[in-house]
Amino acid sequence: MSILNIFNQVEISHYIYLSTVLFCIGLFGVLFRRNAIILLMCIELMLNAVNLLFTAFSTYMGDADGQIFVFFIMVVAAAEAAVGLAILVLVYRNTRKTDVSFLDQLKG
Amino acid sequence: MLTLMIFLPLIGFVVNGIFGKFLPKAISGWLGTAAVLGSFVIALMSVMDLTGDTKMPERIYTKLFTFLHVGGFHVDFAFQFDRLSAVMTLIITGIGTLIHLYSIAYMHEDSGFYKFFAYLNLFIFNMLVLVLGSNYLMLFFGWEGVGLCSYLLIGFWYKNADYGKAARKAFVMNRIGDLGLLLGLFLIYDTYGSFEYQEVFRSVFAGSAESNAVNTAIALLLFIGAMGKSAQIPLYTWLPDAMAGPTPVSALIHAATMVTAGIYLVIRSEAIYALSPIAREVVMWIGLATSLMAALIGLKQNDIKKVLAYSTVSQLGLMFIALGCGAYTAALFHVITHAFFKALLFLGSGSVIHGMHHEQDIRQMGGLRKKMPVTYLTFLIGTLAITGFPFLSGFFSKDEILVSAFAHNKLVFGLALMSAGITGFYMFRMFFVTFHGTYRNTHYAFEKVHESPILMTLPLLILAVLSVVGGVVNLPHYMGEGISGILHHTLSYDGGGKFSPILMYPEHAPEIDHTTEWLLLGMAVSVFVIAFLYTRNKYVIQGAVPEADEAQLGMGKVLANKFYVDEAYDTAFVAPVEAAGEVVGNYVDEKGVKGLVDGVGSGSTGISGWLSKIQNGNIEYYLVYMVIGIALLLAFNLF
Repeated sequence: MSILNIFNQVEISHYIYLSTVLFCIGLFGVLFRRNAIILLMCIELMLNAVNLLFTAFSTYMGDADGQIFVFFIMVVAAAEAAVGLAILVLVYRNTRKTDVSFLDQLKG
Repeated sequence: MLTLMIFLPLIGFVVNGIFGKFLPKAISGWLGTAAVLGSFVIALMSVMDLTGDTKMPERIYTKLFTFLHVGGFHVDFAFQFDRLSAVMTLIITGIGTLIHLYSIAYMHEDSGFYKFFAYLNLFIFNMLVLVLGSNYLMLFFGWEGVGLCSYLLIGFWYKNADYGKAARKAFVMNRIGDLGLLLGLFLIYDTYGSFEYQEVFRSVFAGSAESNAVNTAIALLLFIGAMGKSAQIPLYTWLPDAMAGPTPVSALIHAATMVTAGIYLVIRSEAIYALSPIAREVVMWIGLATSLMAALIGLKQNDIKKVLAYSTVSQLGLMFIALGCGAYTAALFHVITHAFFKALLFLGSGSVIHGMHHEQDIRQMGGLRKKMPVTYLTFLIGTLAITGFPFLSGFFSKDEILVSAFAHNKLVFGLALMSAGITGFYMFRMFFVTFHGTYRNTHYAFEKVHESPILMTLPLLILAVLSVVGGVVNLPHYMGEGISGILHHTLSYDGGGKFSPILMYPEHAPEIDHTTEWLLLGMAVSVFVIAFLYTRNKYVIQGAVPEADEAQLGMGKVLANKFYVDEAYDTAFVAPVEAAGEVVGNYVDEKGVKGLVDGVGSGSTGISGWLSKIQNGNIEYYLVYMVIGIALLLAFNLF
């Protein structure tokens, strides 16, 4: 019994539940936490929840397209984390804070 | 050629209207005159085509382009020159030329000289479209055009607020009539499926008797239009006020041409009127009432132009009596002779006003015959012609109307004779008070009164000759078989059975014997003589001067105040409208509309103020909104 088969024995619905839970944790983290570093981490969590779903369906359907998407998302996520952290460092240097609610200069 | 005839005045209008400001007065005046003279010459040549040729066609027809084409609705911008149009065209361009000539001298001091000629030319163009159009829509086009020109020219001296009001009054009253005309046209299209005269009349002629109710409705609606344009009760009050315009305008538009458009309309639609005795009765009685009423008012007017204006209304009433009696030829005959002598009288009064330096009150005149011999002589001829001096033009045409009225209804004849008799009283009253007696004006020295220049007296002389001999157009049968009834033959000419004549239903000569006819003539002449002797005795021998309006008593006061019709209209129509305007202005607009508009404004300010709080610059909130939005979209998709 190869590892692939083990994955196949777990039903697809379980993957969906898991990724939904992960996504929601990420989402609520983004919405309700103030710390910018935690926000970035929560965004990673949401992206990875989506990645998990992609791979799960990819295996389930026997189609590699989903896995290719996952690689793209990982590349983008890495870039995003790099840019995000860079911005964060600059913000911290200017304000000595990582609290995003302090940044409300976009007010209408 | 037909196109050129119609568009020459338009070219004159455009040139004078655009470049007139830069042209010297002499050029713009002569240019305007030449344009109309050109039309007149072409009209004469076209008449030759219609009569001289051995073929003698029914009409000359030119289609310029398709006016409107929507689905099955098709109207051509087309002109036709048939025998009725020919008569009208000759009057319009002929008298138009003389009046243009006269205006060169009359208006020479006016700063709006070029504008005046531009308007006059535009008027001639529209009038030609009215009488030469080959369908009812073209007629309507010209009808509105002349209304506009009438408005522009009445209010020509627009700096005087009263003149502007007179112009507006004329426009609004005409509009009431125009609505009737327009409804009539709709009904014609609805019933006969075309606006083309020939097609409509062919359908009417072939139509069954059941459709006579529709024909009556059409005839009455068209007559409402005619009432407005030709100043009949109840829409006549604008014409006396229209005298605010320059005198040549009064002569051309408000005496000789435009006001006869209503008569033209009825004669043109003879096929429809012939089927509706009820409509003809209405036309006749309205004409009669107008004629009598205007004649009575004319007795007490002291403004030289107002007398002539009421006289015009009265004469138009006589024409409508003739139309109501089915005597279309007599009506057209009176249109022609009236155009001659009334243009003459108006131009003569203009000459007097010119010589007196803008004095119009006849009580301020008197004894002018010594100073203005040519005007005096021509005015005398005009007065004799309108009052029915034997063998002048007005005698024949008026007599023809009276004879047909006699054959139709004795009561109508009696009242029409009375109206014709009153004509004699007010005309001679005005004539004697103006030209005889002693000079009464204390502000303007008698020595300064002068005869008008040749450019003004020449048209007077020409029109005087026409007023004398104008009767040859349609002499009565007792003048000799060979030369009588030319107009009658023209209108009834059917090309030897090749086409339908202008008057599709043959007119029967009134069936009265010769004794009666001579008796009627005698009555008309004796009424004339009585009027002449009475007024001469009162105003020349006794030297009476008309009282001021305020000094009038009893019936005289009522007449001097024009039966209080203007006041009645003010109370009945103007005041309620103004009151309604007050209500709408103060309540509906101020409270209702303003509240609504302000409410929309303040409401959106409030909502936007509330919405702008949402945009607080805090990213987390934006994210929350975004998530809520997506959740709502998903929920919406799922359920």
